[in-house]
Amino acid sequence: MTDLEYFKLSKPAKMWHNLLTSLRNLPKSVLGKIKSFFMFFVHLFVGFFNEIKDIVLTYKNGDWKTRVSFTVMGFGSCARGQWLRGLLFFAFQTVFNLYIIFFGGAYLAKFNTLGTVATTRKGRVTVYGDNSFLILLYGILTIFFVLAFIYTWRMNVKQNKLAEEVLKAGKKLKYAKDDISGLLDSQFHKTLMALPTLGIFVFTVLPIIFMILVAFTNYDANHQSPTNLFTWVGLQNFRDLFSTANANYANSFGQVLLWTLIWAFFATFLNYFLGMLVAIMINKKGIKLKKMWRTILVMTIAIPQFVSLLYVSKMFAADGLVNSYLMRWGWIERPLPFWTDPAWAQITVIIINIWIGIPYLMLIATGILMNIPADLYESARIDGANAVQTYGKITLPYMLFVTGPYLLTSFIGNINNFNVIFLLTQGKPDVLGNKAGATDLLITWLYSLTVEDTNYKMAACIGIIVFVVCAAISLVVYNFMPSVKNEEDFQ
Amino acid sequence: MKKENQIPEVDIVVDHEAGVIREVKPEKLRSKKGHERRVNTSIYVLLTVMSIIWLAPFVFLVLQSFRCESGGQVNYLLPKQWGLDNYVFLFTESNFPRWFMNTLTIGLVVAVVQTVIQLSVSYTLSRMRFRGRKLFMKAVLVLGMFPGFLTMICLYFLLKQLGMTQAGAIPGLILIYVASSGMGYHISKGFFDTIPKSLDESARIDGATRFQVFLKIIMPLAKPIVIYTILMAFMAPWGDYVFASYVAFGKASSYNVAVGLYQWVNTNDFQGYFTRFCAGGVIVAIPITALLLALQKYYVEGVTGGTVKG
Repeated sequence: MTDLEYFKLSKPAKMWHNLLTSLRNLPKSVLGKIKSFFMFFVHLFVGFFNEIKDIVLTYKNGDWKTRVSFTVMGFGSCARGQWLRGLLFFAFQTVFNLYIIFFGGAYLAKFNTLGTVATTRKGRVTVYGDNSFLILLYGILTIFFVLAFIYTWRMNVKQNKLAEEVLKAGKKLKYAKDDISGLLDSQFHKTLMALPTLGIFVFTVLPIIFMILVAFTNYDANHQSPTNLFTWVGLQNFRDLFSTANANYANSFGQVLLWTLIWAFFATFLNYFLGMLVAIMINKKGIKLKKMWRTILVMTIAIPQFVSLLYVSKMFAADGLVNSYLMRWGWIERPLPFWTDPAWAQITVIIINIWIGIPYLMLIATGILMNIPADLYESARIDGANAVQTYGKITLPYMLFVTGPYLLTSFIGNINNFNVIFLLTQGKPDVLGNKAGATDLLITWLYSLTVEDTNYKMAACIGIIVFVVCAAISLVVYNFMPSVKNEEDFQ
Repeated sequence: MKKENQIPEVDIVVDHEAGVIREVKPEKLRSKKGHERRVNTSIYVLLTVMSIIWLAPFVFLVLQSFRCESGGQVNYLLPKQWGLDNYVFLFTESNFPRWFMNTLTIGLVVAVVQTVIQLSVSYTLSRMRFRGRKLFMKAVLVLGMFPGFLTMICLYFLLKQLGMTQAGAIPGLILIYVASSGMGYHISKGFFDTIPKSLDESARIDGATRFQVFLKIIMPLAKPIVIYTILMAFMAPWGDYVFASYVAFGKASSYNVAVGLYQWVNTNDFQGYFTRFCAGGVIVAIPITALLLALQKYYVEGVTGGTVKG
């Protein structure tokens, strides 16, 4: 089919055509993915080989300054007058060597066992042994340091080669003054990104890798180092998580995962459509006091959630306002089990989350609704379309088209929506065993396992599962969401 | 002949955009107007009901904060005995002023540092092309899919090494909030992307360095997004319970308002503290709400902008 024929099709026919094509191309695209995955390794290997070749050639063809730089980093740069670079290289090498000798090396050596000698008390004296926690943490740090060193060393070699080439061509090298002024100009990105990247690395990357590795150890309440060391157990924790034996984690996990997905679905789409509806109502022509309605809703966003949600949670408690009023009016005899019955609790959190979510979605929808070309509505009105038709044919497709990526992020955000669940129910009622409750999301379950149970290994496993779920959903949506690919479909 | 003299039973509507004249039967037009009125009335009713539902909890909260006769939950709304007892308790007998100051300190420092970091990162990613740019963005995307609390015990340990837990929780928390703020670049990057690049280029041709372009040309234009970023950074610490409670564990003088008030409602003695919690909630909510409503314009701009550019 040519492009021209494609554009002649009606909209449903276009969608049908797209669906068929994407299905027909499915095997091809999957094959392509696998192929590119392998090609990645091939490229990696080839790249690695080229690097080695380049290093060897640099040594062979280089002058004595370059050759000395292979063992004393920065020597060549200093000898050619690039003092700043040379000294930085040399300082890094010195720090690295000292770190490995006096600190990191010992931890790295025990990394494969995570320590063998526990700290004990002999009478009144504490005999210090290994500490698995420190070995794991500093082990990771050391590995990163080694990688950074290899990279810097390679840079150092490259610098020498470049400097030689520049001098051979009779040009001027960049000296300390150029380096410093460059940091505010051509190399400005380095200045701006250095600190943020370091922060992300130390406070996000390092801890995440640490916790990923904890999932493969037996770090829990019975293995608190330094008195009780923990060690590698391979995939045992994942096997436990999926098995019905012993603590029956499989049951708790399955139910929590199911509820997490149900919750994320309702929390995303219910809020989305209701928020859009409210936005349409407020923005409708002829409705007055638009600003006031909007401000009332925005106010509920402004009030910190721990105030509003904690209060609402108390309102729905057995002795809370809602129950006591219903009883006073004689509508019910006993308090409704808003937080104590699993099904009631689940429905209540979803409904209260609508209360939380609508103002936010209303704002987003308002912004987008105002961008919809007014003539679309005008001609629809003249053609005699009623409100429902206008909504279905113009508003909804436009909104979905524009907010497709937002829906995805919001779905993932809701999988990780800790605040609402924690402040309302803390995951209770606890009916699923292993600290899991009927309204527990994976993330709140992870929290109670960590804080109440110090069951770090299982918490780490669940964290990894959350990541896998989020990543899988994103990948599927990005790959098969037609609206992302066929942008012209809407216009 | 007769037919031509008859007054046509149609109203004419001129559709300027389509450039055509259309005919609409007058009775239809009239019924449409009536229909319109009915629809609008029902919308007003709906919006009013919604506003009541949305505002009710806050009205209740304020009412109960003025109740003097008992500390727990009761089955009536209007206090039998009005008074400021709960507020007096907050400011004279409890740690609340301390918590409030803690949170305010954290909020102010985080607002400044986080804004600087976030704007630098988003400006760099929006304007400059360098090796590792795509890698950085992809890494942030992947890291963002890991639940944040996973890192809690590790962060706690790191802070402990630096002496920033319990008594030193305030700088510790600031460090945690600020350290990863480079990951929240999306919204402001979206904004920077809309500022035409030709502005940068013409300034660069005139001899300005990148740094000067950033400071003198982009920053003045980016006022809305700067305000939005400051606002968000300032507000976030007010609601954080998880990290704040973990880092300040057991040290009441290092709590922030969320941790302190949470402990009041969710301890065994909560019956005595419920109205005090309400009073504390009101005190916290008033400045934050006032701030957000005052800067509502910027807030809305940031929220909608962030969604559309994704």
